[in-house]
Amino acid sequence: MSDTSKTVKSDSSETAKVDKAEGVIEEQETVAPADDPTAAPVTVVDPRLLVREEGFKGYVTEFKRKVKGGELGSLPVFVGLIVIWTIFQLQNDRFLSADNLSNISYYMSATGMLAIGLVFVLLLGEIDLSVGSVSGLSSTLFAVFAVNNGMDPWLSLVLAVLTGIAIGAMQGWFFARIGVPAFVVTLAGFLGWNGLMLWLLGDSGTINIPSESGPIHLLGQGSFFMDQAIIGAYLLAGLGVVLTLIGNFGEQRRRRAAGVPFRPTSEILLRVGALAVASFVAAAVLNNASGVSNALVIFLAALVIVDFVLRRTTYGRKVFAVGGGIEAARRAGINVPMIRITVFAISGGFAAVGGMFFAGQTASATLSAGGGNTLMLAIAAAVIGGTSLFGGRGTVWSALLGMLVIQSIQTGLDLLNMNTSIQYMITGGVLLGAVVIDSVSRKSQKAAGRG
Amino acid sequence: MVHVSATPVLALRGVSKRFGAVQALTDVELEVHAGEVVALVGDNGAGKSTLVKTIAGVHPIDEGVIEWEGKPVSITKPHDAQGLGVATVYQDLALCDNLDVVGNLYLGRELLHRGVIDEVTMEKNARELLSTLSIRIPSVRIPIASLSGGQRQVVAIARALIGDPKVVILDEPTAALGVEQTAQVLDLVERLRERDLGVILISHNMADVKAVADTVAVLRLGKNNGSFPVKDTSHEEIIAAITGATDNAVTRRAGRRTAEAAK
Repeated sequence: MSDTSKTVKSDSSETAKVDKAEGVIEEQETVAPADDPTAAPVTVVDPRLLVREEGFKGYVTEFKRKVKGGELGSLPVFVGLIVIWTIFQLQNDRFLSADNLSNISYYMSATGMLAIGLVFVLLLGEIDLSVGSVSGLSSTLFAVFAVNNGMDPWLSLVLAVLTGIAIGAMQGWFFARIGVPAFVVTLAGFLGWNGLMLWLLGDSGTINIPSESGPIHLLGQGSFFMDQAIIGAYLLAGLGVVLTLIGNFGEQRRRRAAGVPFRPTSEILLRVGALAVASFVAAAVLNNASGVSNALVIFLAALVIVDFVLRRTTYGRKVFAVGGGIEAARRAGINVPMIRITVFAISGGFAAVGGMFFAGQTASATLSAGGGNTLMLAIAAAVIGGTSLFGGRGTVWSALLGMLVIQSIQTGLDLLNMNTSIQYMITGGVLLGAVVIDSVSRKSQKAAGRG
Repeated sequence: MVHVSATPVLALRGVSKRFGAVQALTDVELEVHAGEVVALVGDNGAGKSTLVKTIAGVHPIDEGVIEWEGKPVSITKPHDAQGLGVATVYQDLALCDNLDVVGNLYLGRELLHRGVIDEVTMEKNARELLSTLSIRIPSVRIPIASLSGGQRQVVAIARALIGDPKVVILDEPTAALGVEQTAQVLDLVERLRERDLGVILISHNMADVKAVADTVAVLRLGKNNGSFPVKDTSHEEIIAAITGATDNAVTRRAGRRTAEAAK
């Protein structure tokens, strides 16, 4: 949603400077031609509007203004991540080792899948408390199908995920059609689906799943992209960078042709450069350990697809619209109950997929799957990453950024041999902190006229 | 100033509407021509909103005929009205605060380019539409939340124009606006007329009505209580029709004065 908000505002005959490299203004160039010959005497732009300066300097001032206005975006995450990594590294110098970072990248995928589904629900301004239980139930269902009944593992996977989608749709139906608050419906689900899982597991308590092949092998810790080939990680990083570059320049070309404001080349290069550095460093670190786990690759692919759906399709636009104003959405002809039901179905589906990831981690379905603080971690990840609890604001990338923070804390505490009790307390504190940042930034957004 | 076509684009003939024991509308007649601004006035509870909602398809009519360009049509749901070319801007604007201006303008009818939302064309069209209407907003890419009340009102009206309607219904568009914003909205109403749209303007503000309307249709207790050309009608006559007081303080004073002058 925000990708065009940073473009150069250049209306009518205003010329804009485009600095080609490192803030040096080399030439002046009209960024957008006067596109409306009809509006000769009246300018569309309000004279009181703070027009963003062009080029790199404008980027910095715009950034400062946004932070003051409460549009923190991903800033708290990056600050938090640096603080967390520094603290843990000082406590234990193995924290930033390639092996540990590789662990973080692997273990964050499972809860990350739950967080992706939660981003959808949070965009509606609702909450789904059942994702943890649904994920546990899905891993158990998979084990019951594949191990106890000897079904094909892939078929079992599809059935388990479909069950998750059906559970989500049912909860969404109670919320959208009957009018039961989502909080209560999913709280009932939280308990009920956990109960069903315990009943299915029965006395044995654990079902071991053979992990030599099939989905559980794919999602296991010993499964890597392109069988640990060094080129694999760099291929992924390069693919991401090249696609972003093509996408950005394609958009710039189309916008230039249509005569609407577009992102200057310097800004695109800066953004893609930052992405390239981050992704290639990550690839190098993971290669230094043992490669990119397939679980992480699937998680990243899911992020890219979901991001596309939310920002570029009518369905995604409808989700944002329902989160921003139900009445407005209804008047625009959007089927609000249908959007709500499908969003909860998506949440249930991703919870079920996340449950498969958990099963892959332990190669078993256990009584504790999806229990404990799984739900809290998933919610915390989405919120820490910058998706608002109040609906209508957020991106799916918050699932990735938030999970980095959450998993770093988890892994760090494990490295320091902290007790579960301490872990729970710290996780609770982090969740509270994230929600406080969300609420405070919402307040200052209101004060800055952007709430 | 008024040039009206022969066949009204929208006409209500003997429209009645009941809610349980309440006869909300009785035999109401209304005509809207292309390029005409019809002000719909009346006291609270006179049936203005009900009438507008029957046209917009929110409440289907019980009796009577709605004619569209001379032909009877049935409007039973909002979709029918939109399909004909009736756009309604309700008093509560119902915009999505979190979406930007372009997103709100095109909400529910996004332009697609190979199955993907075509932001570029939408932005281009939105800028063109806003500039032809001389609407002043900071940028088409800022969220609605950062706009003022008047700016939201003009965005809501502009949104009604995206579907290329023939009749635009404005429900008290200036009710909560300041001086400058009211002027902007009234300017916009005149521009709608220049674009040859029929406009139904609901207002309690006689100054606004006198300023932009061509015809004033008065509703009183769910019935027609006169339809006046604005040019030849005084403020008092309209008020009298609204309140039903043909004999009131104002008319008495006026009558006394003319009587004294006659002496």
